[in-house]
Amino acid sequence: MRAYLGVDVGSVSTNLVVIDDDGNVLVDLYLRTQGQPIQAVQEGMKQVEAAIKGKNIEICGVGTTGSARTLSGVIVGADTVKNEITAHAVAASHLVPDVQTVLEIGGQDSKIIILRDGIVVDFAMNTVCAAGTGSFLDHQAARLNIPIEEFGGLALQSKAPVRIAGRCSVFAESDMIHKQQMGHPIPDIVAGLCDALVRNYLNNVGKGKEILAPVVFQGGVAANIGIRAAFEKALGLKVIVPEYFKVMGAIGAALLAKAAVKEKGKTNFRGFVVSDLEYQASSFECQGCPNLCEVVNISVEGKILARWGGRCGKWDTLSKTG
Amino acid sequence: MKVSFPYMGTSHIVVSYLFEKLGFEVIYPPTPSKRTLSLGVQYAPEFACIPFKIVLGTYLEVVEKGAELLVTSGGCGPCRAGYYGELHKRILHDLGYPVEMIIFEPPLVEPLDFFRKVHKLVKPKGILNLLHYGRIALEKMKALDVVESTLHKLRPLALNKQQINQAYFDGLELIKKADSVKEVIEAKEAALEKLNGVPVNHSFKPLRIGLIGEIYVVLEPAANHDIERLLGERGAYVHRSIFLTNWVRDNVLGYGEKDIRAKAIPFLNQMVGGHGQNSVGEVVRYAEEGFDGVIQLAPFTCIPEIVAKSILPAVSRDKGIPVMTLFMDEQTGQAGIETRIEAFLDLLWQKRKKQEAS
Repeated sequence: MRAYLGVDVGSVSTNLVVIDDDGNVLVDLYLRTQGQPIQAVQEGMKQVEAAIKGKNIEICGVGTTGSARTLSGVIVGADTVKNEITAHAVAASHLVPDVQTVLEIGGQDSKIIILRDGIVVDFAMNTVCAAGTGSFLDHQAARLNIPIEEFGGLALQSKAPVRIAGRCSVFAESDMIHKQQMGHPIPDIVAGLCDALVRNYLNNVGKGKEILAPVVFQGGVAANIGIRAAFEKALGLKVIVPEYFKVMGAIGAALLAKAAVKEKGKTNFRGFVVSDLEYQASSFECQGCPNLCEVVNISVEGKILARWGGRCGKWDTLSKTG
Repeated sequence: MKVSFPYMGTSHIVVSYLFEKLGFEVIYPPTPSKRTLSLGVQYAPEFACIPFKIVLGTYLEVVEKGAELLVTSGGCGPCRAGYYGELHKRILHDLGYPVEMIIFEPPLVEPLDFFRKVHKLVKPKGILNLLHYGRIALEKMKALDVVESTLHKLRPLALNKQQINQAYFDGLELIKKADSVKEVIEAKEAALEKLNGVPVNHSFKPLRIGLIGEIYVVLEPAANHDIERLLGERGAYVHRSIFLTNWVRDNVLGYGEKDIRAKAIPFLNQMVGGHGQNSVGEVVRYAEEGFDGVIQLAPFTCIPEIVAKSILPAVSRDKGIPVMTLFMDEQTGQAGIETRIEAFLDLLWQKRKKQEAS
């Protein structure tokens, strides 16, 4: 069976999916990046290989996305390297064809994508503030000693959410501690936090955007039913969380790979051997001009495979050493 | 006397030429680098905008090299930039650099003050000298703008982007060296020839994107992650709303861009400082001229551009043109800018495909 691999390496998680020719998900994996994008991709490749073994699945194309898309693209031999906004939009409109709004909250970024008639017409991504993203929720759950999986459920138990300042994650934490010390019960505080984060998202990222149904909510934070409920309350609309909400970026990358391979007729996929090779990343500051570009080398088994970070192009020739 | 000035885009070529001819020793402001920004950030108030920080960093670099006189522009209206020259001067004095500073205010607002300052700079060699070299400087400015806008047209089409970037830099050097009106015109022709000599793909129809916003972050690549190059290399023709020539014509010699402001009036009927009202008007103009999209560049905390940004969704909706705003500050990472640019270009290509299909 022909299949396509999508790889999404973000700040918090590394996700891999395999889809078939009709876009059905055959394998989906959600791993922690833990600051080691190369190892995370290699580990993911190992698990994908194990999952499709003996099932007569042939990988005919691979796409990457996420903040480490260039790096992971080199490692796997990507047919397409796409930004996460486009990847998320492609996946959402594949699973919910008439979608008009995509809310996506990941580990350290949050975005809103507005689609009309199946194409993206506007988008925004958080710029100067990361309050309300997955990392912050993780941190607060750990601080309150609540497993992150139960965090959202706790919010639903609340009858009277307290008001938390959600603009800045540090002040939100101060505010939560203050409310705890005033004697408010934890569910009310957690529910207040969910409301605050949704308010912050809609004011910052969603400002000036026309949010119309169907609304799809995806990214790791969509697992949190408290945030989902807070969105429904704030928007007055039903919010759809797709089955594969955690790995939508990877699904988008796989769909884009399928389209790219169809156009060019072949794949650059390096095969599953990449999980056993030794990759090294090194960097240096070029002293050639006042730009002082930070140039990164990616090498495999001692041979330079890719290099980026230079502005002028003088490092584009891989045989040069620096 | 050793003179220096802020670095912004290609203006240093013209300004340094003029000062040399006026009889000053010019301390060349270096191209803003990480060091420039670090110096600026270290001594600037945290919430000052990125133009303030880069210019302060530049001043610190030139006073180290012995600059005794700094010449800059002031401004009026609600934008804080009008106050920046004075604040820069005080910071430099506090740090122990007793520099002199000449801050030019718009001549039509304060004509006497303007002529007093011009007189001071011109005195050593006289007014005829200024008129003679002023004309050459003006010609250089026009040449720089023509060459740069030709680069913008050809870069998305060029088969080798590095080659066209290099041709442009070589052309700038020629214009820099020219020393008479005739030489400037020859240098311009030679620079254009270099650009036109780079092989291009004529059948490619690039996206057309208007670049608007605050003047410093629009004109200075060090303040905007070299966004014109990022866009050009990704197949987009960038039309910049501000060039040196039109800015000087409209703001030094006149009261400024009345036609663009007129276009803004249905959405924003008063000036809000800086280029705020212009930004709104420019989007209207780009929509009318059939551009695919507009990118607004704004320094983080810039009030005029924040006002414009909050009005732009209405303009975008009414005129049917996508607009993306990028805020620039010293924290803005290159990766974040690239992600947004790529997504915006994807959006514009999809929109164009859909228009072509229907």
